[in-house]
Amino acid sequence: MKFGVVVSEGPYTHQAADSAYLFVKAALEAGHEVPRVFFYHDGVNVATRLSVPPQDERNIQENWTALAKEHELDLVVCIAAAQRRGMLDENEAKRQGKDADNIADGFRISGLGQLIEMGIQTDRLVTFGD
Amino acid sequence: MTTKKFLYVNRKAPYGTIYALESLEVVLIGAAFEQDVSVAFLDDGVFQLTKGQDTGGIGVKNFSPTFRALGDYDVTKLYVERESLEERGLTEADLQEVTYEDEDDDWAEKPSIRIISRAEMADVMADQDVVLSF
Amino acid sequence: MSTLHTVNKSPFATQALLSCLNHCKDGDAVLMIEDGVYGGMAGSGLSEIVAEKGKSVALFVLSPDMTARGIDASRLIAGVEGTDYAGFVDLVAKHDRTQNWL
Repeated sequence: MKFGVVVSEGPYTHQAADSAYLFVKAALEAGHEVPRVFFYHDGVNVATRLSVPPQDERNIQENWTALAKEHELDLVVCIAAAQRRGMLDENEAKRQGKDADNIADGFRISGLGQLIEMGIQTDRLVTFGD
Repeated sequence: MTTKKFLYVNRKAPYGTIYALESLEVVLIGAAFEQDVSVAFLDDGVFQLTKGQDTGGIGVKNFSPTFRALGDYDVTKLYVERESLEERGLTEADLQEVTYEDEDDDWAEKPSIRIISRAEMADVMADQDVVLSF
Repeated sequence: MSTLHTVNKSPFATQALLSCLNHCKDGDAVLMIEDGVYGGMAGSGLSEIVAEKGKSVALFVLSPDMTARGIDASRLIAGVEGTDYAGFVDLVAKHDRTQNWL
């Protein structure tokens, strides 16, 4: 079965990004497909590669990046939500005249249409948020 | 393309958090995909539709007029839960008017807001393919 | 046709659980996750409401979230079942749609 997953709350403050990660892992282990994970609202902050959590804590972004690599997941960060919150990839930083970008490997920035498309193309949609 | 029944569930008040605004943005973008769209307002979500919102004093954009444009995007089913209104001391008269032009009825202007009971809201929810919550 | 509902808030902080239970259909399932697991505990002011609903809908708590919060399974309302992430995935697959009460 195809599962679409939405993460709509930021990392560390809220458990949503952790719950979503464990859910996606379990879904993949059970033989389901997860064609896309969509990050919306403060969930876009999961994608920053600049976070430096203490050594003895999980690194939420690195966990997602590793999972994406292993299973070729499509991790999509909503562009409208990302721009509000200072999340930019290289192209977007250039286009907006900003001097830095911060999107980690394994994530890509795209439009809200990707969320709707995910709803159309998957069998189930699960949202983790606040 | 497959047509699915999409329900956007709004349970949060506007301005205190961004969920109401970013929910509306999804509804607007989603309209381009020509799915069967319904929008539900219950619990504090009913506050999103009140009339007379004026955000001049809080430095935040007033997005309530955007609801009135939904008809132009073929989003014509705005379900508002009666019990949620009553629990908050509101009536239909406290809500802004949202209408659409019905192309199947000689473009007659019709109300988009449909006040329904909690039981009817449960029926609407159980009738969907995709439920997105904000 | 049935729905899996998830609730991730403590019922003592928000109305999410109550609102969810008020919109459930017979044959639906409710999975309490994150702070939502407190809704599955026996002996609270809300336990009776939750237990009553358990007669027509299946009630679950996500065990890892419960364990993390120091709640022993013996503290759950009778009829509320613990499940792990694999069980969560099965519940999503089993029901026709998932509605998340955020």
